[in-house]
Amino acid sequence: MAIYNTSEFRGGLKVMLDGDPCAIIENEFVKPGKGQAFNRVKLRNLKSGRVIERTFKSGESLEGADVIDTDMQYLYTDGEFWHFMVPETFEQVAADAAAVGDNVKWLKEQDICVMTLYNGVPLAVTPPNHVILAVTETDPGVRGDTSGGGGKPATLETGAVVRVPLFINIGDLLKVDTRSGEYVSRAKE
Amino acid sequence: MMQGTQDWQPSASLDMLRLRARLLVRVRRFFAQRAVLEVETPALSAAATPAPHLDSFAVDYRGPHASASGRLYLHTSPEFPMKRLLASGSGSIYQLCRVFRDGEAGARHNPEFTLLEWYRVGFDLEQLIDEVERLLRSVLAGVREVPVATHYRYRDVFRHYAGVDGLLADADELRACLEQRGHRPPEGMSAADVDAWRDLVLTHIIEPQLTGLVFVTDYPASQAALARIVATTPPVAARFECYFDGVELANGFHELSDAAEQRRRFERENAAREAAGRAPLPLDERLLEALAKGLPECSGVALGFDRLLLCATAAKHLEEVLAFGIQRA
Repeated sequence: MAIYNTSEFRGGLKVMLDGDPCAIIENEFVKPGKGQAFNRVKLRNLKSGRVIERTFKSGESLEGADVIDTDMQYLYTDGEFWHFMVPETFEQVAADAAAVGDNVKWLKEQDICVMTLYNGVPLAVTPPNHVILAVTETDPGVRGDTSGGGGKPATLETGAVVRVPLFINIGDLLKVDTRSGEYVSRAKE
Repeated sequence: MMQGTQDWQPSASLDMLRLRARLLVRVRRFFAQRAVLEVETPALSAAATPAPHLDSFAVDYRGPHASASGRLYLHTSPEFPMKRLLASGSGSIYQLCRVFRDGEAGARHNPEFTLLEWYRVGFDLEQLIDEVERLLRSVLAGVREVPVATHYRYRDVFRHYAGVDGLLADADELRACLEQRGHRPPEGMSAADVDAWRDLVLTHIIEPQLTGLVFVTDYPASQAALARIVATTPPVAARFECYFDGVELANGFHELSDAAEQRRRFERENAAREAAGRAPLPLDERLLEALAKGLPECSGVALGFDRLLLCATAAKHLEEVLAFGIQRA
């Protein structure tokens, strides 16, 4: 793998730190006029998702991480693994619970997700920014109330629970933003 | 950051460039009113500063008067030739010029930037600090309020903001201070290099807390650079730094005029470069001759003009005050 020094650090670069693959978020060069130069770097540990801050002496280097993002279609889960496929090649990979993480609640069969592979193995799954999911459980809808004020919880077909307006009924299709976990609108399919 | 077809355009707004021009006029007026002479000295030199944390750009010259190697260095500040002018009887002088420092780029660094450097014959450090404050008030009038200055000695600014003595704390104490505040120091920092630990505390803990106008004086003797050393216990350098809202704006010295001591410092710095596996640099023998002939009693200061524009406005990155930052150079 390539070696990157501090002057090559930029947002998005994937590097190895303490044995884990990380993505650089931010690289700040600090140097007193007559003093030593340092780089204060913010990184996201791609395994744990945690953001860490680390200082390097300018000119230090880190090994690149073999991390690639690729579009894959979610197929199904067998309870232990979640199976994805590259639509063009039909190549399949199986992601474990750690890789799927909290995003499991947004995974709907046939949807195209971003699969992050580390050394060819699934590391993380990012669902589409917006997904369309059916309501499986919620209090009865209040007819005529389209204000959206107040709201109520609704359980979706994937198990996700989101706050929805009072007029939503079981069986409705909803457009949800997976980044914020918020209801966007009703949807037709 | 704009990419591709847009990056021929300036990284600063045209309003910013107009403000820049206006403040340059005010700087020149400030010194004209005080009968300080504007000078220009070469950006290219056969010699380079061996200062440990400054990297000079080297260029090749092939014309008449070229040395055998043809190597010339772009100045990192105009200090050496300006001191030769002072030793020649110029009296107080100032210069506004582009200087060049390899490897430095970030929100507050650009590998070339504009320095305002001035020397006041007969001034001690107190008088020069006072003049820096007057310059800021004059140049920023109506643009940005300049708060009343706070003054700290180096050891006290450490005590106040980091809870350690900046002069007496050793590497272990400085490390503990960093770790207590959640900063993990880089690997492989030598305990012997206390100045590097001081720099970490300064940049990670102290600078982010500084607000308004702050002058720091009485630096560790090991950070004297070209300043005199005052024989107190422990000894300190007759040096100051000026911070504006945590931005390091200016660095001043009560200038060292002892040629033998200057040569010893240069040689020590070159030895340290070699020990670190870097090439030693040709010393400025003409500066050393000028010092031997006699530098008048004087104090001098270098102020980052681009950073002054950061402080004058809400700009956060030097690109916003430079017509073209390094990414568009």
